[in-house]
Amino acid sequence: MPEKEPVLQLDGLSKHFGGLIAVNQVSLTIYPGEVVGLLGDNGAGKSTLIKMISGVYRPDQGTISIDSTPVHFSTPMDARKAGIETIYQDLALCENLDASSNLFLGREPLKRRLGLFKELDRKLMQSEAHTLLEQLDIQIPDLTRPIRELSGGQRQAIAIARTIYWNARLLIMDEPTAALGVPEQRKVLQLIRTLRERGTPILLISHNMQDVFEVADRVIVLRQGRKVGERLIQETNQNEIISLITGSEQKGLHA
Amino acid sequence: MVSVKTRNRRELSWKDLSKAWSWIFLCVLFLFFSISGNGFLSITNIQNIFADMSFMLLMALGQTFVIILGGLDISVGYTTGMASVIVAQIIIALAPRLPLPLVVVIAFLVGLAVGVLPGLLNGVLITRLSVPPFIVTLGMYGIARGAGFIIENGLPISIPLQDIGRIGNNNLLYIQPTGAITFFQPPQGLTAVQMSNVVGLFTMPLILSLLLVLFCHWLLTRTRFGQHTYAIGGNKEAARRAGIPVARHTVLVYILSSCLAATAGVLYVFRFSSGAAEAGDPLLIDSIAAVAIGGASLFGGEGTIIGTLIGTLIISVIQNGLIILGIDPFWQFIAVGVVIIIAVFVDRMRIRA
Repeated sequence: MPEKEPVLQLDGLSKHFGGLIAVNQVSLTIYPGEVVGLLGDNGAGKSTLIKMISGVYRPDQGTISIDSTPVHFSTPMDARKAGIETIYQDLALCENLDASSNLFLGREPLKRRLGLFKELDRKLMQSEAHTLLEQLDIQIPDLTRPIRELSGGQRQAIAIARTIYWNARLLIMDEPTAALGVPEQRKVLQLIRTLRERGTPILLISHNMQDVFEVADRVIVLRQGRKVGERLIQETNQNEIISLITGSEQKGLHA
Repeated sequence: MVSVKTRNRRELSWKDLSKAWSWIFLCVLFLFFSISGNGFLSITNIQNIFADMSFMLLMALGQTFVIILGGLDISVGYTTGMASVIVAQIIIALAPRLPLPLVVVIAFLVGLAVGVLPGLLNGVLITRLSVPPFIVTLGMYGIARGAGFIIENGLPISIPLQDIGRIGNNNLLYIQPTGAITFFQPPQGLTAVQMSNVVGLFTMPLILSLLLVLFCHWLLTRTRFGQHTYAIGGNKEAARRAGIPVARHTVLVYILSSCLAATAGVLYVFRFSSGAAEAGDPLLIDSIAAVAIGGASLFGGEGTIIGTLIGTLIISVIQNGLIILGIDPFWQFIAVGVVIIIAVFVDRMRIRA
């Protein structure tokens, strides 16, 4: 993979909150079609790091580059416009609307009626939603029902599908399986694999080591704001990662 | 997957029932009054129901958007009154000098202009100061109330011109027993007996109400404006993250609400040849009730224009039917109150199912 150009590159990213150094000189690279797990204990700096990437916080030091071009985000909207989509645990869907309405939320396609009135193009929304969900192998019983009638996994899938439809360059997923039952977790992991095959890189934040080992190509471990390790999944094991997270093994600062 | 499908089916049946109950209830009321009330089932009376309910309906149409958005607008009653007194005074000043159609157009334009201001203030205060809609519109309720009474100087303004009243009360067409049809004006030169056999169709309040119902239904179901109204009511934060301009949209919805209320005020002027600060407020609670009976959720995100129309019809049919049965008008309040409680009960059952 290193022969490809990286989608996202962080160089020496730091963030301070008063005297606390939340993220300290973190550098990392993500290539197309890669699933990278971001691991670390509570307070290790995972959230702060992804909030800088998704435009919520501005870094105090360091640069973020997308497709090798440095970018500066002032708002989350800037990051989204640059193709960085973040899926938070609270989903950000409208539960009273149907699946296709949620896919097109805020970006509804319009058609002209009688050359004068602009109307929603619901037919297009429905057919695009149908095609997309089929491609991603997401089963929704009825696209016209409000999504509150769907399961947590199906809703998660719609949130993910939305980012794909709008050509996310990079998908950041914050604990995507945390609130789901086991069969639903499997479905979301399967969806992550599908996205990987399509070439969409994913930065996956999870407490669930097993999930990460199942879908990630690479893991990056943070501790106390610093990157303390980076491993290819094939070349590591859960014990090694746990010791990196907890700091019981000080070797391996360089992967 | 299987379990999901069965759950959907059960919710579906409850949902259908809760959607259908208001239709069924309206039909039962209609049948009951048709059988028991002499004169209820006639073209004239049905048109009267529509004409009488048009003020409540216009207020309820705007309130539907506001409630779907997750808000509430209690200022619309006095906005109706304020618009009616301003428009009445303008008509008195202009009518002797200008041709009637122009006066009508000016009256509606002035009404809309009067309507923009309270809505704009409501919307801006709600979004900029993050004050609950109830409090902001309560403030506007007081301002519009006071302004209305100051402009009318404490007494309703009556317009001493017959033409004005004709606009609000004449029909679009009149059919004589012979089959002859005249437009806008009752046929001339008939005896009183012949006149009583002439059927008038489509009064101006009926036409205006139906046009605005169609427009609001279209706006809510077919446009981005409607879609964003539902989205904000469903999950404001999600709407914001999706790039929907939540503050601007909220302001527009409150403007829509107060403009529809002001239009009701203009209609009042043409129907009763007068303007009154109290023209709209007695209908406020009924109009909110109509929206709730129509299936809208006061928590936002749910509601339809057709539902609101049915809700308004239920209240109006009860009021009209009880009058025709000769029952003490105070029983109307109790009857409408009972219907509201039924509506809430059906809504609860749906959520629990």
